Amino acid sequence: MDSFKRGIKDGLPIGFGYFAVAFSLGIIAAQAGLTPFQGFLTSLLVNASAGENAAFIAIKENVPYFQMAIITIVSNIRYILMSFALSQKIHPKASMIHRLLLGFFLTDEYFALAVSQDPYCDPMYSYGAICFAAPCWAIGTALGILMGNILPIRIVSALSVALYGMFLAIIIPPASKNRHIAILIIICFVSSFLLSRFSALSESMITIVLTIAVSSLGAVLFPRKDETNEK
Amino acid sequence: MKNNIYIYILVMTVTVYLVRVLPLTLIRRQIKSRFIRDFLYYVPYVTLSVMTFPAIIDVTENPISGLIALLVGIYAAYKEMGLFKVTLICCFTVLILEFLI
Repeated sequence: MDSFKRGIKDGLPIGFGYFAVAFSLGIIAAQAGLTPFQGFLTSLLVNASAGENAAFIAIKENVPYFQMAIITIVSNIRYILMSFALSQKIHPKASMIHRLLLGFFLTDEYFALAVSQDPYCDPMYSYGAICFAAPCWAIGTALGILMGNILPIRIVSALSVALYGMFLAIIIPPASKNRHIAILIIICFVSSFLLSRFSALSESMITIVLTIAVSSLGAVLFPRKDETNEK
Repeated sequence: MKNNIYIYILVMTVTVYLVRVLPLTLIRRQIKSRFIRDFLYYVPYVTLSVMTFPAIIDVTENPISGLIALLVGIYAAYKEMGLFKVTLICCFTVLILEFLI
């Protein structure tokens, strides 16, 4: 129960950030012709910011269903890597039901929370975060569709950095203790910026390419020694 | 003819679930390969970094306020202020700066 409560607390900034992002996503969904209920349903079932964004654009373009499947795979392919990593964070003896449920709710943010737990993530901790943040995501989308442009643009702009603030709160503290992580973060910032400005790759492709390239680089350059004392 | 939105939602739901759940359910033991373990150890930091920058300067109305929010956020996170505080500090940085700019 303690883990569950801790999860709710750490889920607050996620829910807050989700609400803002989902709200702006709702505006795109409205342009694609979705009703607030359809937006609510999509966000409840899909739980993916980049993925839903790509999907709403595809719906607007009235693409064939198989193409929707391909777009969904490509815009969410980083979850394959995260799913691999998360598989190592769930206790080997934990019930399969936890794996099936945590897989359903595997997002960048819940993932970030899960990997910050040592040595294994208690599924109850994740459920705590999910039970607050997932409704924020779904309701935010529906409200975005419903009230589109009522919120002042300044508020939307301020809310939209919430997610990145949270990412920073996760990656910076370990980086201040481990120089290897710090170096990789700098490499990521620079290469991500260059690819986004000077290549034709989409945002999700950049995420895939750099995740594989920079993580491999890290594994080759900075192999970890603490094999016995597994963190 | 317009395709059915509910079928779109169904296609998305099934596809995204398979992407997320297959590795998680197929791999239950600890991975033995050193390379793969180190690779997976670095994945979260790398993915989150790549998604943070330059996205943070692209989502705000003014890229300068996004950049400053990034720097302030890094400092706040470095001081171990925790998820909620760092998030709030970033939001307020943008709110205040865009009011001034």
